[in-house]
This record gives sequence, structure tokens and C-alpha cells, in this order.
Amino acid sequence: MTEEIIIAGFGGQGVLSMGKILAYSGIMQDQEVSWMPSYGPEMRGGTANVTVILSDERISSPILTEYDTAIILNQQSMDKFEEAVKPGGTLIYDGNGISRHPERKDINIYRIDAADEASSMGLSKIFNMIVLGGYLKVKPLVNLKNVSLGLKKSLPERYHHMLPDNEKAIKRGLEIIQPVHTLD
Amino acid sequence: MGELKLMKGNEAIAEAAIRAGVDAYFGYPITPQSEVIEYLSSQKPEERTGMVLLQAESEVASINMVYGAAGSGKKVMTTSSSPGISLMQEGLSYIAGAELPCVVANVVRGGPGLGTIQPSQADYFQATKGGGHGDYKLIVLAPASVQEMADFIPLAFDLAFKYRNPALILSDGMIGQMMEKVELFDQVPRRTEEEIKKTCPWATTGKPKTRERNIITSLYLDPGTQEQHNYKLQKKYRKMEEDEIRYEKIECDDAEYLFVAYGSSARIAQKAIQLGRKKGMKIGLLRPITLYPFPVPQIREMIPRLKGILSVEMSAGQMIEDVRLAVGDKIPAEHFGRLGGIIHSPTEILEALEQKIIGG
Repeated sequence: MTEEIIIAGFGGQGVLSMGKILAYSGIMQDQEVSWMPSYGPEMRGGTANVTVILSDERISSPILTEYDTAIILNQQSMDKFEEAVKPGGTLIYDGNGISRHPERKDINIYRIDAADEASSMGLSKIFNMIVLGGYLKVKPLVNLKNVSLGLKKSLPERYHHMLPDNEKAIKRGLEIIQPVHTLD
Repeated sequence: MGELKLMKGNEAIAEAAIRAGVDAYFGYPITPQSEVIEYLSSQKPEERTGMVLLQAESEVASINMVYGAAGSGKKVMTTSSSPGISLMQEGLSYIAGAELPCVVANVVRGGPGLGTIQPSQADYFQATKGGGHGDYKLIVLAPASVQEMADFIPLAFDLAFKYRNPALILSDGMIGQMMEKVELFDQVPRRTEEEIKKTCPWATTGKPKTRERNIITSLYLDPGTQEQHNYKLQKKYRKMEEDEIRYEKIECDDAEYLFVAYGSSARIAQKAIQLGRKKGMKIGLLRPITLYPFPVPQIREMIPRLKGILSVEMSAGQMIEDVRLAVGDKIPAEHFGRLGGIIHSPTEILEALEQKIIGG
């Protein structure tokens, strides 16, 4: 099994930390992982993206041009990465701020309104964990117990009091993700 | 099994430095390697092992602090990225001339000049051909994973002390910034003063009555003496070329075409091999782990079975010169690489092989 994922959105949405938690979850179940961020000026408010690979085998290139799954959190990223999903692959997006919805018919498309859900839960910081929950519903490649362990490993200890909120957000994500277009 | 962590390449360098029992780190921050000094300062190495951590006022100061401390037999290192490494070249030439061990890591970014902060491999010439003035070589190791960023720190120190020569770890912004699983080796204690005196009899550790003064210098004004000193250095480099070549071969057994690539390009080339083999192309990879000494005999040995070689490097074509020296005109050997901080994709590498070698 190899899963090649791009997570893309605005800086500050928790794109990089979501990728890190996913990668740590992979380590918890003995997988090979890589996490390759876009770095530089774009980290400070512009678009941010990270490529995460989970695999049972040694990982070759940590940088890719096509992906099994794209998790897209703003319009710029939709414009850039919709075409980069492999045929038969999966696109997950948050509808908030999206003016042009994905149109491809050869991939699975899911929508998760995580931004709206985070604000109605009164927990804007755990937006990315709602998205992660949605991803895990569609692609249950890492089990939830290992995600909890990965979360604990990647959050600094001073934030450990927020672990229950994060886990709650992941569970909420599992519930609210909706298929838009699926191949089967 | 050691401790498993998810770390950036830069953080792995820093953690490995503490665990390898390094005595001092002198450095100055620059993107994309600033996490080295950031991580070190977060770890309070002065409390963990007694290691000295000092942010110098410049790269020139860093390398000269390394020079001074290395003279006393201590395990010392610095890290920087391309423009900062250029500033260190005078010091590196002095350290090589004075035959002192130290480790320097270059997390390469695009150039020339201040260039860009994105990954590049265009410092190959500087790294492998000396870099500063005079006839000297650095031992150059090219990690291709975060694991190797950690593992090459103790390896680089072993080689540096074995040959009394600076060792350079040549990575780039991709390996420095990416996170992977790392298995960390256990803490190695720092050497005691007595151990240093015993293992480094050349070091300036205080003159006992039993020996003459140890003098650390690269200045031999008499040309005859300087020539003899140069012959001694050259003999050392020949010995390195005999004994220290390191490389990895991937899918080479049935290969008709060969990629030669190091560091991040080797990782991307592996993906290109997967794509090519799906189309029935028999491609392999020779990954030089030491860039100096370069795996010349290993490439030569493969030539009779090969139809062509593509040297892949994020540069306008630097390592290709060493590949061609190994290959001569026996089979086609061409270069491919994106420039100035752009990372080539696996597809681009495969297309270059098809156009420049298979179709050419």
C-alpha cells in the first residue's frame, strides 16, 4: 500500500500540522512516511501545501506531480491541484470560499464543510482535525487509535489539554463528510 | 531498536550532533537550514552533554571558531546554506591545509548570489573540487533521507578524524525541510580531556615536558616544505579514493540505462525508475553517497552492460563532468536538471532519459 496525498490551503489553516499528525499516525503503525512542505514566504499568510506519503515500502520521491488524494482548502489550491489527482483518485474539499467547484468525472469527490462546523462548535483551531476526520472516513488507512497516538506525539505537551477537543473534531469530521461524485 | 521520531532533516542533524558527543557547534542562521541552530538551542545541549552552542556574528566567524576549536582536538562542527558556505571557503582551505578534523553541513539553496531559498544541487563543484584556494579536497557525503542526515554526522566525524581532514555533508533544502521517520542512535559520551590527548597527539592540548610543541598552521613559506606538505595531502586523498568510496545501487542487476544521482535527485530518480519500469524500460540507479571520493570504478564496472547514462542533478551540469571522466566516450552520458531552486519531477527525468539517451 502506498498513499500519496497533497494537503493544500492557506497558511494558518493547519495544513502542515494536519500532515504531520497523519505522518506520525503512519509511524505508529510501522509505516514508512514522508512529509514535504512548501516552505518560504508562502508560509506567512499565502498558500501552504504539504505532500504526505504513507507506504509499506521504502518511499522514493517525497515530491510528486500527481496524487492519490488531494485535500483542498481554498480556491487557489483547487485551481492548482484538481488536475493533479490521479484518475480514479480522490479529491476532498471544504466548500467555504470555493467559487468554482471541482468538475472532474474520473475521480471521487467529497465535500466537508469543516470551516462552518468548526465555528459552530466554537473551536476554530480544530478546523484541520475535522478535515482529517473526513479524510479518515473516506480513506481509513490509519486506524483511529494510532491517530490519537500520532496527535499526542506531534502536539507539544503544553497543548495536551486540547487533545480531547481534537479527538472530538476528528469524530465530527467522520460524520459530516459528504460524497459529491463517486465512481462506484 | 533506537528511538523512532518524525523529524526534519535539519533537526536530525542537530539531534545527531548532540548524540554523537560533539563538543561545540558554531553557526549563523540562514534559510533553509536555520532549524539546525533553532533545534539545538531548544535542546539546551550545554545541559544535556556540556556541548558548547554558540551563534557567531557571521559565517566567517563560525568557521574560524571551528578552526580554533578543531586545533585543540575537539569534535566541532558548523552548518549553513550556500551563500554562508561561500563565506566559509577561506577558513575551510586553512583547516584542510592545517590538517584538522571538523564537520560542515551545507543545506544547499539556489544560486548564484543570494539566489533563492528553494532546494538546489548547484554547489557540487564547490564541495567536491576543494572550494577555497589551493590543492585540497573535502570528504563529501550526500545524504538522501532524514535518516542519513542523522547517521552521517557520526560517520563524517569518524572520517574527519581518521584523515585529519574536514568532512562536508552536502544536502539541500528538500532533505533539510522534509520530515521522515528517523531511528536515533544512542547517546555517545563526549570524550574526556585524557581521551583527546591520547587519540589526538597532534592537538594543542597543553605542552607536557615529554614532547615538543604542537603547531597548528597552514603556512609553510619555504616552497620546498610547502611542496612536501602538498605531497603529503595528495597521498592522503589517494588513500581516501582507495578506501572510502560509498554508494548504493538500486535496480541495477538487469539495467540497460543508468541514472546517476545523489541526495534529493536520487529520491526523485527512484520514482522515475518505477514509472519507467512500468513501461518496460530497464533503468537502474547508482547513488553516490560519497561525492568525493567519487565512485569512478563502480560506474566503470557497469559500462559493458549499459546503453547510456543520465546524470540527474538540480544544476546546469556539474556532477556530469565526474561521470564523463569515469565513462569516457564508451557510451552516451548526458546531464538533466532543473535550475535555480526548481525541483525536477519524476516524469521530467524519465522524459529526459527518453529524449537525450534512448532517442539520442
